[in-house]
Amino acid sequence: MATTTQTTKEKPAQQKNKIMNGADSVIQSLITEGVETVFGYPGGAIMPIYDSLYQSGSKLRHILTRHEQGATHSAQGFAKVSGKPGVVFATSGPGATNLVTGLSNAMIDSTPMVCITGQVASHLLGFDAFQETDIVGISMPVTKWNYQVTKAEEIPEAIAKAFYIATSGRPGPVLIDITKDAQLGAVENYEYKKATKVPSYFPYPKLDMEKLREAANLINNAKKPLVLAGQGITISGAEEELKTFANRTGIPVAATLFGLTAFPSRHPLSVGMLGMHGNYAPNIKTNEADLIIAIGMRFDDRVTGDTSRYAINAKVIHIDIDASEIDKNIKADVAVISDAKKALIKLNELVQKNNFEEWLAEFRKLEDIETKAVIDLDIHPKGNEIKMAEVVHEVSEQTNGEAIAVSDVGQNQMMTARYYKFVNPKSIVTSGGLGTMGFGLPAAIGAKLGSPDRQVVVFIGDGGFQMTIQELATAWHYKIPVKIVLLNNSCLGMVRQWQQLFFDERYACTIMTNPDFIKISEGFGLEAIKVTERKDLKKAISKMLDSEGPYLLEVSVEKIDNVFPMVPSGASVSEMMLKA
Amino acid sequence: MEKLFTLNIVTENNIGLLNHVTIVFTRRHLNIRSITASESKIKDIYTYTIVVKTTEELIGKVAKQLEKLIGVYKVFVYEDHELIHQELALYKLPISAIKSGINIEEIVREHSARILDIETEYILIEKTGHKEDTQKLLKALQPFGVLQFIRSGRVAMAKPMKSLDEHLLEKENAYTYSNT
Repeated sequence: MATTTQTTKEKPAQQKNKIMNGADSVIQSLITEGVETVFGYPGGAIMPIYDSLYQSGSKLRHILTRHEQGATHSAQGFAKVSGKPGVVFATSGPGATNLVTGLSNAMIDSTPMVCITGQVASHLLGFDAFQETDIVGISMPVTKWNYQVTKAEEIPEAIAKAFYIATSGRPGPVLIDITKDAQLGAVENYEYKKATKVPSYFPYPKLDMEKLREAANLINNAKKPLVLAGQGITISGAEEELKTFANRTGIPVAATLFGLTAFPSRHPLSVGMLGMHGNYAPNIKTNEADLIIAIGMRFDDRVTGDTSRYAINAKVIHIDIDASEIDKNIKADVAVISDAKKALIKLNELVQKNNFEEWLAEFRKLEDIETKAVIDLDIHPKGNEIKMAEVVHEVSEQTNGEAIAVSDVGQNQMMTARYYKFVNPKSIVTSGGLGTMGFGLPAAIGAKLGSPDRQVVVFIGDGGFQMTIQELATAWHYKIPVKIVLLNNSCLGMVRQWQQLFFDERYACTIMTNPDFIKISEGFGLEAIKVTERKDLKKAISKMLDSEGPYLLEVSVEKIDNVFPMVPSGASVSEMMLKA
Repeated sequence: MEKLFTLNIVTENNIGLLNHVTIVFTRRHLNIRSITASESKIKDIYTYTIVVKTTEELIGKVAKQLEKLIGVYKVFVYEDHELIHQELALYKLPISAIKSGINIEEIVREHSARILDIETEYILIEKTGHKEDTQKLLKALQPFGVLQFIRSGRVAMAKPMKSLDEHLLEKENAYTYSNT
């Protein structure tokens, strides 16, 4: 074995003088692009890139997630709170296919993400080589752009393009697939130029002032207007402009799931969340409004319910950067194809104050109804069993709404959206469009790395927790202090709720016999406690929030607990139910 | 109501772009009736001509989704009355067809087709026209035992007088590349 040792010893000396290869250019390009954190998992076809990473010193921090899917969700959590693109490394074949869920998730939620996959050597492409898969073909429908690099010298330009495309216009995921020979090939005259333009890519529509004046005219003459604020506000950083718009016009503001942090929940004009499990007032009032002003949102079916009975008395102004969203789900009377911030800045110059006190009072009346029928019973329940809502409410109170609240998918997600009272922008991290169970834990890890100075709490159900539970190891390995609130109802709550309400209580495959989550978490090195009684809850939450490292708080919550109000699937928003 | 639409999709010449384009149709469960890819008059810019039958509402949405793809410059949607369009068809007949005494030449002349090739075993006829025309010739030749028939996808040009360059410039001027 002496020879092996010798070779290893000689290696650094050799590499000092070596010319840059494709893999080195990947690492160097990322550093120049300003990337500091990469989430990933090594494997055969991406080994040269990992080797360059190893040799590059500590400029680039690599987080070894325990599954490639975890890497994509961490990257998304990172991106959502920092506004910077999340970066992912994965190997070819199964490594690459494990990215697909995360890519789809980022695509539908407009999250900037750059994935770099290793690929078999170019002479083996199409030969069913070991760990070969056509990831470019597979990922086409779920990426904003993807590209296969087969020559080393193409790498810097491809990466520059990738970052520009992922982050500009309506953001989204991109994937660069780099063959192993391209990683190993020589790059002479390396130069990294940030991309500022890509032919045939048109990210920023110029504002059409004529359309904006039409919009202002409708706004200034409306009697019952309602703003629908979406993620476009957050992405374009238009939170202040939206506040100005609301204050200047006096128009109530409702939010989509991702719009929850676009407008402070405590603002006097905030009327809550839209959609299937949103608040009662904005849903009911959507069909009474005479003007809907949709900003940076896409009329998702979870927001609209039956589109043929949506906004039935209203004209619709739709402001969105993506022209293909206009008239896709809801027909716009005035469409302003623009970045939300740009549009709001100009719109604010054209709008005037009107008196909407009475209109607003109608929202407050419905809010009272919802408070009495649902909210009070949710956060101050009479029964012995702990409810999910009261846990989220207590965390919200103790963090003063200032934490980053991550959620998984299902009842835990809707409870987080309903009862965490967000006060800061870029504070909600969840899987909106795709509804990816298992998103929560890795996303929380990424969010903490993307915003290390903020408290990050993740609400997870026992179903989703088990989908990416291996990421506890990542939290432990890197001592990432995420606070995990496991809302354990021993079932797949949201599906069970639908079975109860719409499938005559036939609970097909939704009731679970769970493992001991405390033992599991302790096995992963986390501090973990379990709460089964209400009297222990406050203290346990406070202990969790004060803890230093990653921490799991398991709360046994009521099994037959439902999220209300609810717009049943296929119903109109005005048919929202307060109870079963 | 479903109608026939012809899309002219102006694209870059990239590997995989055609796949990207067809995925947009697949997602909407639309069957592509014919597809042709060709170079345009501008270097490295291609035009895909795609014919589909669908509703006006859906084709509008598809066009916007297509135009969003990176690599696609511009998408034009036309109905037949806005277009000059042609298809090319080839017909292979056994040489015995001539021997049987029919007047191939007369049929060819009637249909404004032309004989492309005559070999010892077969005769090859070419016809350009609308689908109905090439179909009609097929029917006329059918009794003589057509060995093989093939028809190209539609190629089409819009009637309005506006050059591709003007269209592209117009698009370029409606956008900026940075948000500042």
